[in-house]
Amino acid sequence: MAYNLKEIIATKPSRFTAGHRMCAGCGAPVVGRTVLRALKNNDHAVVSCATGCMEVSTFIYPYTSWTDSFVHTAFECAAANCAGAEAAYKSLKKQGKLPEDQHTKFIAFGGDGGTYDIGLQSLSGAMERGHDMVYVCYDNGAYMNTGIQRSSATPKFADTTTSPAGKVIPGKMQSRKDLTQIMAGHHLPYVAQSIAVNNFKDLYEKSEKAIYTEGPAFLNVLAPCPRGWGYPTDMLMEINKLAIETCYWPLYEIVDGKYHITYKPANKKPIEEFLKPQRRFKHMFQPGNEWMIEEFQNEVDRRWQELLDLEEITNRSSEEG
Amino acid sequence: MGIRERLSGNEAAAIAMKQINPDVVAAFPITPSTEIPQYFSTFVSNGQVDTEFVAVESEHSAMTACIGAEAAGARAMTATSANGLSLMWEQIYIASSLRLPIVMSLVNRAVSGPLNIHNDHSDAMGVRDSGWIMLFSENNQEAYDNLLMAHRIAEHKDVLLPLMVCQDGFITSHSIENIELLEDDKAKAFVGSYKPEHYLLNKDEPIAIGPLDLQAFLFEHKYQQAEAMRNAKKVIAEVSKEFEELTGRKYSFFEEYKLDDAEIAIVCMNSTAGTTKYVVDQLRKNGIKAGLLKVRMFRPFPTEEIAKALSNLKAVAVLDKADSLNGAGGALFEDITSAMFVNKVQIPVVDYVYGIGGRDTTSNDIESVYNDLIEIVKNGGTNDFYRYLGVRK
Repeated sequence: MAYNLKEIIATKPSRFTAGHRMCAGCGAPVVGRTVLRALKNNDHAVVSCATGCMEVSTFIYPYTSWTDSFVHTAFECAAANCAGAEAAYKSLKKQGKLPEDQHTKFIAFGGDGGTYDIGLQSLSGAMERGHDMVYVCYDNGAYMNTGIQRSSATPKFADTTTSPAGKVIPGKMQSRKDLTQIMAGHHLPYVAQSIAVNNFKDLYEKSEKAIYTEGPAFLNVLAPCPRGWGYPTDMLMEINKLAIETCYWPLYEIVDGKYHITYKPANKKPIEEFLKPQRRFKHMFQPGNEWMIEEFQNEVDRRWQELLDLEEITNRSSEEG
Repeated sequence: MGIRERLSGNEAAAIAMKQINPDVVAAFPITPSTEIPQYFSTFVSNGQVDTEFVAVESEHSAMTACIGAEAAGARAMTATSANGLSLMWEQIYIASSLRLPIVMSLVNRAVSGPLNIHNDHSDAMGVRDSGWIMLFSENNQEAYDNLLMAHRIAEHKDVLLPLMVCQDGFITSHSIENIELLEDDKAKAFVGSYKPEHYLLNKDEPIAIGPLDLQAFLFEHKYQQAEAMRNAKKVIAEVSKEFEELTGRKYSFFEEYKLDDAEIAIVCMNSTAGTTKYVVDQLRKNGIKAGLLKVRMFRPFPTEEIAKALSNLKAVAVLDKADSLNGAGGALFEDITSAMFVNKVQIPVVDYVYGIGGRDTTSNDIESVYNDLIEIVKNGGTNDFYRYLGVRK
């Protein structure tokens, strides 16, 4: 059946309620809501969440925004926590201690700090062990909850509170880690990179695949942060669109090792268009700093080409065969 | 009549776990507790248990997975030692705050640094304020028995707290001793099945666990934890009594060995109690009225009962297998002395930090402590109450 957002909204009530305290213009709640909407109506979910914006804004005692079962313990361990619940499900199911018709799905959410950095070990372990779960990283490119500190997901040159653009050092001096590729190296049945754009088709469909693929799956979703990135709150969807039109954030999936780029812009836009509306890159547009934009563009181009190559290489044998 | 066997402390713990047949075990190898998940994964591989064994990538994940599993509605267990417990530390506090009755086998070992794999109690003392029930075991039999009682205590509706069963690394974990096991069916019947009231996998009642808990509620939640710990005392007494009826093996908050008419006594935990009993017997032959108080239930701490049990002595020595490095004495010493003070028991007490990093503690060492006590009684007290036993200064 063709994707139809109106129909989905009409037939699948949101599992992530309004009234949470995420900021206006934040990308993360859109991610949470869309991912959960991909669940079949009769399926139940256990959601595990890392400490971070999403957790502290959605479950402040005694209120919760989550209509499914939800668990949070600490910053670095949403994956292990989810894995434990999944192991319990497997065990109780096997022993006949749960209703036969019960279908519970396991979904973990973490920001880039809780996923690329402090939670990387927990994530890697859970994925390697093959738990039937989905880990969703909502990547906003810094430790936003504690006040915009740089993470390994922060793009080069970004101005953050621990990589401030100063007189001598112009922002973060290291490139962004490519977590999706690290997860690809785990040879999981499903790995994808997505974003909430247009009618959310890309994110919805990838979430559905991730949730209903047996075994471990990983979704890396760009989730802009108006406070950390410095864009007007009503510009969220435009920023998302620019991220994919410039190929800063390519949309692709890896199914059983085969790469498939799910969106290839007909005319790749220059990276300035993505950088310009964001306060964190403001210093890059000062006279004399043209080299920074050039370097940034080169990095984007290099990574995009690498992805095109991977797509070609991993699909070559099947095309020949 | 139970089954007579010869097992190491680790084997005894693994056999107890097999009989408990938990739904999930998540564990990571660390000396000297490694053998427990090792033996247990064999039971899993051979289909002797229904358990889902999660071979995690760290102890932090071991405790986190146990939290996830227990919150989901499963019985979850783990085993660790020393630095493994240190790495779990963050989650140890969270497990108790979420009121999840996880059971852990803690095989006591010195916490780094520098690195040392041998026995002392620095790992357990590091989590003494974490809200876990802590039971100590003199030998393999007690480690086994305490584990069989563990779920009955931890899962009691008035308690709902995680529980750790401690035993001494290598000294008992790797020593083979005689043991009496319960038959599988009797053990299973005693432990019973786990029926949580609220759990993640109840799809008809989805719940949220682990909130952001701010000024308006955290204090009340902590008070409830404290209340649960106080309730645990009564439950531990009841479960121990029931266990005694089943096995004939009597367990109290602490064991009093020839303490009734004693004039001097040692207070200690775990395997050192065995050595001390031998010394007490030798001293008694020479007419010295020596006794021993072996603490089994360290958390909750039986303040009043201990003070009462020590009240007729003329001098007491507390043996601490971990130094608090506070310039004032070990943790057990502080608990014992404050218990005595608030209960108005005023007799000389002296602390001995001993056995650190697996330093052997011989019967001669223990005898020297009793000799010091005789001296203290003779002199009417001492100001030198923070001492070391067997260290080269």
